[in-house]
Amino acid sequence: MSEEKEVKCVIWDLDNTIWDGTLAESDDVRLKPGIVELIKTLDSRGILHSISSKNTHEETMEKLKQLGIEEYFLYPEINWNAKSIGVGNIQKNLNIGMDTIVFIDDQPFEREEVKAVHPEITCIDAAEYSSLPELKRFNPRFITHDSKRRRTMYLDDIKRKNEEDTFQGTPEAFLAQLNMRFVIHEAKEEDLKRAEELTVRTNQLNATGKTYDYEELNQFRLSDNYKLLVCELTDKYGSYGKIGLALIEIKEDCWHLRLLLMSCRVMSRGVGTVLMSHIMQETKKAGKKLQADFKTTKRNRMMYVSYKFSNFKEISSDEEGHILFENDLTMIQPFPPYIDVVIQ
Amino acid sequence: MDLKEKIRKFIESNLVVFEEEANFSDSDNIFEMGFVNSLFAMKLVNYIEQEFGITVDNDDLEISNFSSVDRIFQYIESKKSA
Repeated sequence: MSEEKEVKCVIWDLDNTIWDGTLAESDDVRLKPGIVELIKTLDSRGILHSISSKNTHEETMEKLKQLGIEEYFLYPEINWNAKSIGVGNIQKNLNIGMDTIVFIDDQPFEREEVKAVHPEITCIDAAEYSSLPELKRFNPRFITHDSKRRRTMYLDDIKRKNEEDTFQGTPEAFLAQLNMRFVIHEAKEEDLKRAEELTVRTNQLNATGKTYDYEELNQFRLSDNYKLLVCELTDKYGSYGKIGLALIEIKEDCWHLRLLLMSCRVMSRGVGTVLMSHIMQETKKAGKKLQADFKTTKRNRMMYVSYKFSNFKEISSDEEGHILFENDLTMIQPFPPYIDVVIQ
Repeated sequence: MDLKEKIRKFIESNLVVFEEEANFSDSDNIFEMGFVNSLFAMKLVNYIEQEFGITVDNDDLEISNFSSVDRIFQYIESKKSA
C-alpha cells in the first residue's frame, strides 16, 4: 500500500529537473517555470525537500544560494556517488520511511538505479513536476501548526546534532544543558488535527499503528470513559512541537491503554518512557490495574522493547501480532533527571 | 578483551550519568540505579544482536536478562551454547 502513504519528503535532481541546463557545463542555468512556487507550496504543507545531484558540492550550493532557494533543502547530497547512496543517507538523516519519499529526476537511468536499491520509494519523471501539488499523496488531510513549521524544526535538529557531535562530556551532561521541558496535558480541540496527523505519520514508536480521524478523537476527548493525552517537548533551541499521544480507556477495574505513540524526531532524547511512566503513576494513584494494546509491525520493535523494559507482561497474543500487555505497577521508572516534566 | 569487559565498555559508553558517579559492579542493576534511559534498552539489544550474532526473541526481552553485566554475560553465553 506504499502508493497510498502521504509524502513526507521530495528528493530532487537539479540539472534539467529543478533548472534547465547542466551546471557543470554552464553557469547559466534557468529555473523551471513555477518550480520555486511549487517548492514553497509543498513546504507550507509540511512536506520536506532534499537534493540528490551529481555535481560538485560547493559550486552547486553557491548556485542554490544565488537562486535564493538553498534554505528549502535539508541534508542535500551533492556528490558523484550513486544516487541511491545519497537517497539512503537522506532517509537515515530524516528518520522517515522510504515509502514516504518521492525521488524526481529527468533521467530514467537514475530513477531505475534508485528504485532498484530502494524498492519502496516512488520515482517520478521530472517532466511531470507541475502536477505534483494536485496529487493526493501531496495533500495531507490537515495542515497543522506543526506541519507548517516542520522544516524549521528539522533545521533546529541539525543544530542540536552538530552541537552534540562536538560536545565534550557525558551524554547526560549534554542532555542536561538542553533544558528540556516535557509538558503533558489532556487534548484540547485545537490539538486534534495534530493528534490525527501523529496517528497517520508515526510508524516506529507506535504501539498499535491504529489511525483515528478528527471526529473519533473528538469523541474520545469529550467522553468520560476516555482520556486523550498530548505532549509537547521544548528545549533551549525551541519547540519540537506536539510529539506524543496516548489514548486511555477508563474501565471499572482497569485503565486500558489503546494507543501510545511518540514522534521519531525525539527518539534520541531519551524521553520515550516519560509519558508511559506518567500513565503508570496515574493508574496506580487511581488504584486500577493497567493494560495496553500492542500490534507488532515491521517497524515498531523499539516500542515493544520499551513496554517490556517498563515491566509490561504479555497476557495474551494472537497470530496476527496483536498483544495484550498488563503491568502490575510495582516498578515505575522515575522521570529522567535532565527533563523538567510538567503535568497540566 | 573478554566478553564481560566488552559488555562493560559498551554500557560505560552509553551511561547517562556523570562519569565520577558511574561506579557499578558486574552484579549491580544498571536500570534500577538510573544509569541508563529508555533509548539504551534498544541500543543494548541491537548491540548484542550485531556484536554476537544473536537474535533476541520477544520471549527473551525481559529486563532481568539485561539488568547487569553478569546477567547480560549469562544471557549471551546461554544463547551461544544453544
